[in-house]
Amino acid sequence: MIPGSFDYHRPESVDAAVSLLASLGDEARVVAGGHSLIPMMKLRMAVPEHLVDLQDIADLKGISIDDGTITIGAMTTQAELIASEELAATCPIIRETSLLIADPQVRNVGTIGGNVANGDPGNDMPALMQAMNAAYIVQNSAGRREVAAREFYEAAFFTALEDGEILTAVQFAVPASGHGHAYEKQKRKIGDYATAAAAVLLTMNGGTCATASIALTNVANTPLYAEDASAAIIGTSLDSAALDAAVAAAKAITDPAEDGRGPVEFRTHVAGVMVRRAIEKAAARAS
Amino acid sequence: MSKIDVKMTVNGTEVEKAADPRTLLIHFLREELDITGPHIGCDTSHCGACTVDLDGKSVKSCTMFVGQANGAEVTTIEGISGDDGSLHVLQDAFREHHGLQCGFCTPGMITRAYRLLQENPDPTDEEIRFGIAGNLCRCTGYQNIVKAIRVAAQQLNSAQEAAE
Repeated sequence: MIPGSFDYHRPESVDAAVSLLASLGDEARVVAGGHSLIPMMKLRMAVPEHLVDLQDIADLKGISIDDGTITIGAMTTQAELIASEELAATCPIIRETSLLIADPQVRNVGTIGGNVANGDPGNDMPALMQAMNAAYIVQNSAGRREVAAREFYEAAFFTALEDGEILTAVQFAVPASGHGHAYEKQKRKIGDYATAAAAVLLTMNGGTCATASIALTNVANTPLYAEDASAAIIGTSLDSAALDAAVAAAKAITDPAEDGRGPVEFRTHVAGVMVRRAIEKAAARAS
Repeated sequence: MSKIDVKMTVNGTEVEKAADPRTLLIHFLREELDITGPHIGCDTSHCGACTVDLDGKSVKSCTMFVGQANGAEVTTIEGISGDDGSLHVLQDAFREHHGLQCGFCTPGMITRAYRLLQENPDPTDEEIRFGIAGNLCRCTGYQNIVKAIRVAAQQLNSAQEAAE
């Protein structure tokens, strides 16, 4: 459980970090909280020759709400997300999801940037970002670009991030006032990755669902934005027929790994249960 | 690969050493500084036996490289007891209420409980259990750990009230 050797760097700006990555080449990796990367390094599943620690870069911290847009710096920890009263008031699904990740020690160090950029299908934030239609802000030596969360994930640990790029922030619109939200996560024990989880955001217009956004965690080799499941409840009164349709549409796109969390059929079944519970909870919270 | 110069404060004492960057904080503490209170339980970031208090936060020291802790203030179980060796209220409560059997998880558990009670001085049992979810115990079934923390919280709060 001893990692391989590496040189350690601690730049003080995004530009310095990007330059470092460019000069060090593809044997360099950034480290944020390290609670995905370091366990992999201890198993020698990752053996970078250079580690670029982002913790001194002030521009990567902070939560701001400006003109209807929320921007969260990549190095913001889960604990900081949970503590933010501004986020809790405008976008409560974030705190709900964060509290379901790992344990207090891990949440003190683990970051939103690491959780979304690593491409680990077990991470919870990616599906949440897809449900919220978030954009990831990416910096490279040529400058800045944006990638939609819904287009970022290609396969387990493969994302749209190119060599030498750093995800610097996530950005999304403030959800409509009165929206309903829920993140339902089935797990073997507190702190485990999801057997299956569903993020739901919706708005109601009287008794009718006006907008809906559903995404799934850990039931494929990427997070899944469940477009058909979302469409299945829009314009309905969220009666059992609509929920059945949404659950069926969600289950149709799952492709879970069989592992200690259960066989394929079980995990797909649980995904359906999570979708149903999340829609019901979100509807109850909507006004 | 090149060694790095590491400076940190551990249990109130300033420390400066050259270290191989791949040295995990837990190994630095145990093997370079002879601070063997924090334990290596699982090495997979689950059990929390390695928990230390870093810049006022509970952190799993097996999942951090020594360079990441450069410049930090670290407190381990050794720093939680008094300088004269007297027991912290939490340590005494664990002893009194059987919050340990083999004792392997105990340094990490108490180090976490120490910070938990600063974050939330009057936790419910449910909040205690959620608060120590990062610390696993194979012996006790947690019942007396939760009780010890509850009792320690009460004692710390009465002492605080008496002082005010």
